[in-house]
Amino acid sequence: MAQIFHRSTNTISKVTIYGSIFIITGLGYLIFAVNQSAYYTDVNVARQQPVPFSHKHHVTDDGIDCRYCHTTVEKSYFAGIPTTHICMSCHSKLWLNASMLEPVRASYATDRSLEWTRVNALPDFVYFNHSIHVNKGIGCTTCHGPIGEMPLTYRANTLYMRWCISCHKHPERYVRRREDVFKADYVPPRDQLALGRQLVKEYKIKEPRIITDCYTCHR
Amino acid sequence: MSTQPKPGETLDLVQIQTKLERSPQKRVWRGLEELAGTPEYRDFVECEFPHDPRAEAKGVNRRDALKLMGASAALAGLTACTKLPTEKIVPYAQQQPEDFVPGHPLFYATAMPLGGYASGLLVESHMGRPTKVEGNPSHPASLGTANIFAQASVLNLYDPDRAQVVVYRGRIGDWSTFLTSMDQLTAEIMARKGEGFRILTGTVTSPCLADQLRSLLALYPQAKWHQYESAGRDMVREGAKLAFGEYVNAVYHFDRAEVIVALDADFLFVGPGAVRYAHDFSDKRRVTGPDSTMNRLYAVESTPTITGAMADHRLPLRAGEVEAFARALADGLGAKSAGNGIAAPAGVPAGWLAALVGDLNKHRGACLVIAGEHQPPIVHALAHAMNDALGNVGQTIHYTEPVEANPVNEMASLQELVADMQAGRVNTLLMLGVNPVYTAPADLRFGQHLRSVGTRIHLSQYEDETAELCHWHLPEAHFLETWGDVRAYDGTTSIIQPLIAPLYDGKSAHEILAVMARQPGATAHEIVKQYWQRQNPGADFDLFWETSLNDGVVANSTLAAKSVKLSAGLAGETAKPASQSAGTLEIVLRPDPSIGDGSFTNNGWLQELPKPFTKLTWDNAALVSPMTAQKLGVYNGNIVKLSAYGQSVEAPIWIAPGQADDSLTLHLGYGRSRAGHVGNGVGFNAYLLSTSENRWIGNAEVQKTGKTYNLVSTQHHHIMGKEGEEREEDTVAAMQRKLVRTATLEEFRKNPDFAREKDYEIYGPTLYENYSYTGNAWAMSIDLNSCIGCNACLIACQSENNIAVVGKDEVSRGREMHWIRVDAYFEGDLENPAVYNQPVPCMHCETAPCEYVCPVGATVHSPEGLNEMVYNRCVGTRYCSNNCPYKVRRFNFELFSDWTTQSLMLQRNPDVTVRSRGVMEKCSYCIQRINRVKIAAEEAGRVIQDGEIVTACQQTCPTQAIVFGNINDMNSRVTKLKKQSRNYGFLTDLSTRPRTTYLAKLRNPNPEIKE
Repeated sequence: MAQIFHRSTNTISKVTIYGSIFIITGLGYLIFAVNQSAYYTDVNVARQQPVPFSHKHHVTDDGIDCRYCHTTVEKSYFAGIPTTHICMSCHSKLWLNASMLEPVRASYATDRSLEWTRVNALPDFVYFNHSIHVNKGIGCTTCHGPIGEMPLTYRANTLYMRWCISCHKHPERYVRRREDVFKADYVPPRDQLALGRQLVKEYKIKEPRIITDCYTCHR
Repeated sequence: MSTQPKPGETLDLVQIQTKLERSPQKRVWRGLEELAGTPEYRDFVECEFPHDPRAEAKGVNRRDALKLMGASAALAGLTACTKLPTEKIVPYAQQQPEDFVPGHPLFYATAMPLGGYASGLLVESHMGRPTKVEGNPSHPASLGTANIFAQASVLNLYDPDRAQVVVYRGRIGDWSTFLTSMDQLTAEIMARKGEGFRILTGTVTSPCLADQLRSLLALYPQAKWHQYESAGRDMVREGAKLAFGEYVNAVYHFDRAEVIVALDADFLFVGPGAVRYAHDFSDKRRVTGPDSTMNRLYAVESTPTITGAMADHRLPLRAGEVEAFARALADGLGAKSAGNGIAAPAGVPAGWLAALVGDLNKHRGACLVIAGEHQPPIVHALAHAMNDALGNVGQTIHYTEPVEANPVNEMASLQELVADMQAGRVNTLLMLGVNPVYTAPADLRFGQHLRSVGTRIHLSQYEDETAELCHWHLPEAHFLETWGDVRAYDGTTSIIQPLIAPLYDGKSAHEILAVMARQPGATAHEIVKQYWQRQNPGADFDLFWETSLNDGVVANSTLAAKSVKLSAGLAGETAKPASQSAGTLEIVLRPDPSIGDGSFTNNGWLQELPKPFTKLTWDNAALVSPMTAQKLGVYNGNIVKLSAYGQSVEAPIWIAPGQADDSLTLHLGYGRSRAGHVGNGVGFNAYLLSTSENRWIGNAEVQKTGKTYNLVSTQHHHIMGKEGEEREEDTVAAMQRKLVRTATLEEFRKNPDFAREKDYEIYGPTLYENYSYTGNAWAMSIDLNSCIGCNACLIACQSENNIAVVGKDEVSRGREMHWIRVDAYFEGDLENPAVYNQPVPCMHCETAPCEYVCPVGATVHSPEGLNEMVYNRCVGTRYCSNNCPYKVRRFNFELFSDWTTQSLMLQRNPDVTVRSRGVMEKCSYCIQRINRVKIAAEEAGRVIQDGEIVTACQQTCPTQAIVFGNINDMNSRVTKLKKQSRNYGFLTDLSTRPRTTYLAKLRNPNPEIKE
């Protein structure tokens, strides 16, 4: 009876068996890479908006405070997207003929809302609250990144749970003075850890055991 | 539980009765199936979810199981790989409303008309969507709490089956055509001076609507206004008229009554003042220690009701015999007008009446006799005479002018309308918010006569049975969509203010009446506001209007007490109770305890709500006593044919321990053909057996059909312990775990520690590390002495926590999703058992058995002692539920939440995750409410005040039986309650250390009555 398998089969099977380690590892890495990629996380991807709004211009060039537009950031879980009325408080005087602002003027004239595309989104089972973070000394740029340098707004962080937890476990690494919370050009001091530890105490930030409790964010 | 007896099968009730008598102690039981130890019952004891025949039919073998496991393991990960969908944020364009903070709910005061009377409400609005109803603390009929109907009303608002368009002759029409058509029609009516023009409404208490109707009648002098409310209060009104010669309204003060006699009266649940009465009644039973006193309630009733279950002495008596009982009682009390020397009916135990008379006489001026809404006028008149004789008038009861704008005998009013329709004297009939084709007594044949009316116009929220027969059907605005006004049980007026613009361009009765008065285009807001401006012409009207809207009540609108004079003669022949010829039984018709008279038939929350004591869902049944069932040879689910007055219906039997013998109770509201997708074809239509003469109490011939029907009751679902065990020693052991702990007030005074078990403390020994709770430690106390079992907590929880409706089929498998359930236990014999209600939410055990068995850490413990359920981690092993001794965990076997119907999404609470398939869920102590307050307190740098966090069940509880709070705060209410000697936990022998504990139930029986 003739051999069913050719001799080369030995080599092929050896390569396959030993290679499987690399194949599986490679596949694992691929999944991880996709999971971390901008394609999947939308990090650094500027979203299409009805008006090409520039935070860089409004925050850095004009020096407008975050709270001028995001009015409820200190009161509610939702920071608030400005009503067209707020846009028009300046743009009824400035750039009256800019074609770029036509949707804003149309919205105000017709009382039809502008539909902004959400940039920083969380799954529906996560309940993030802006006001408590702002009140406890977590700055805007800690999560939203260099917002003052964004011509078009993009997501600066993955907003993955492990990213949230990294701060909830070590708030002292990120917390800043309350008066610095809305500073877009804030640079943490060299002795951030020393300052952080002091602020954690001062602002009565709960210990990690409590703020990493599931019901803090999930319900 | 699904009970599908084989034809001819019945339970041996004699054997059950013997077993109960042989029991060493007074045995506590859940149902007849338990006592008989049926296989279906054992299924529910042994497995949490009984054997599913569907799984067997599919025949999954080992190989398929492995394949499925492999595939699910491989695919489970992939489901997490969906990218977040792109969302839009849509801010306001011009100016956003005042005080509006996106993310913070706003609360508006309004009122719900129910049967014409007001329930004062505060409605929560998220971004313009009303999502949750609460009671209005400044409204006298609510005091901050609400009943099931108010709680569920928000679901009706978003019901996709609501009438959405104008229908003209069966085709979609529009408002402008309607207006044009009415312009012509009203011109004709005007020319005829209103001859042949009739208006039919429900009971009207609305001052503004009444004013409109009066001016309409002035415009068309020959037109007529008829009123007919399907579950109306004719008997109450006619009773008062019989007693006092005029229509008066009686307001009771249970907070001043030491002894109460309820004559077939379910005053804790039925009637415009029920929520307030339940509050006042239970306040008089609140026990803080051995020095406390309790009121005493005697209930004489034909069917087990919420009020009867609270009674210290309950007597089952056929509804037709209550009059004889009332006469005997009145005679005993010396109420002269009642007649002399009247004997009590045969069913009353010797000495009962004398003891009752003695007790009432001892508490003259501090007692109360109250007659049921469905008892004939004479019983009401006798009750008034007794209260008068006992000196209660001005003390525990006061009288006022009627609340109704134009009180009439509604049955007579409807009869007149039907007679005129029959005689061809009606050519235009306008029906506002009523469904008489379904709700009118069968003998009137309303539907048939309606066809002879030239133009039939119908305004209602659903395209119902009446709409089908009308030329014009107009969609009616829900009370949360429009303006109006309405009065409460004591006359207090509320302005109804809308929270949302009409979803389907619905109009209110005000607007339709304006059209008929040839003032088309007037909006409900203008009509109502202008009416009130005419009442308050002063310069401060704006202040008055704003204040009334803000408070939810119109200041000083409560009716003043009025003195009345009892008419002389109430003596007369006692109506003979229904003759008991062979095969004929008394039938008692009642609005359903879940869906009312049929106005909530299409409400899934209420359909799935287990009814008190029977725990039936998704059906009505003919309730019979165990002995009558034995006599008829029928058992649960056997269909009988009930024939009365030339009509017959087929109804399944349900044996209700405590039901009066030879009396059947049939609940209205079912058997509808045009209720909507939820309510169509559910149950049988008991209205077919009502006649204008015998509207509530009648006679029917009962015949067995040999057919059976699958009734679904949750009574044996989620059983704790092993009450079903056959061996005697096991039964005793199960009883020793004592889920139900009760005593009489006297026993409690002698032994205040009766509820504390000797062997097991709530904080008994444990093998697990003792965790110290340094911050808040949340806990709940449920006072079983206050709980009346009204189910309001259940619907409030469903509404607050986005709990899905699963349907009858799933309920029969034990898969209902309610996070809090109300267990009913019976104690004593089958004829008249004592009934105990126990609301059971999650116990939030400190050493929770569920937590140790979760393989993925989806249920964990919080530093504040909450037992947390994390949906996004749950993979659905159901180990936790299996290991939960309290059976409070609920699993999404299917995609139970409706993820597709747009209108239902508007109702959802945005602060609670909508669960998907394959996820476990359970009571979270309303974590969204805890977190909201916690964050606010953190930001303000203050501590959380006691009472600041209120769970949904607690907030709506009319008797305030549920108290939530922090047990690390020594001064909190919950800590104080848990320090009471009546405090006990469930199954503490398991060392679970439950955070939810109970206060034992007390009764206050009359020592002169031996039972």
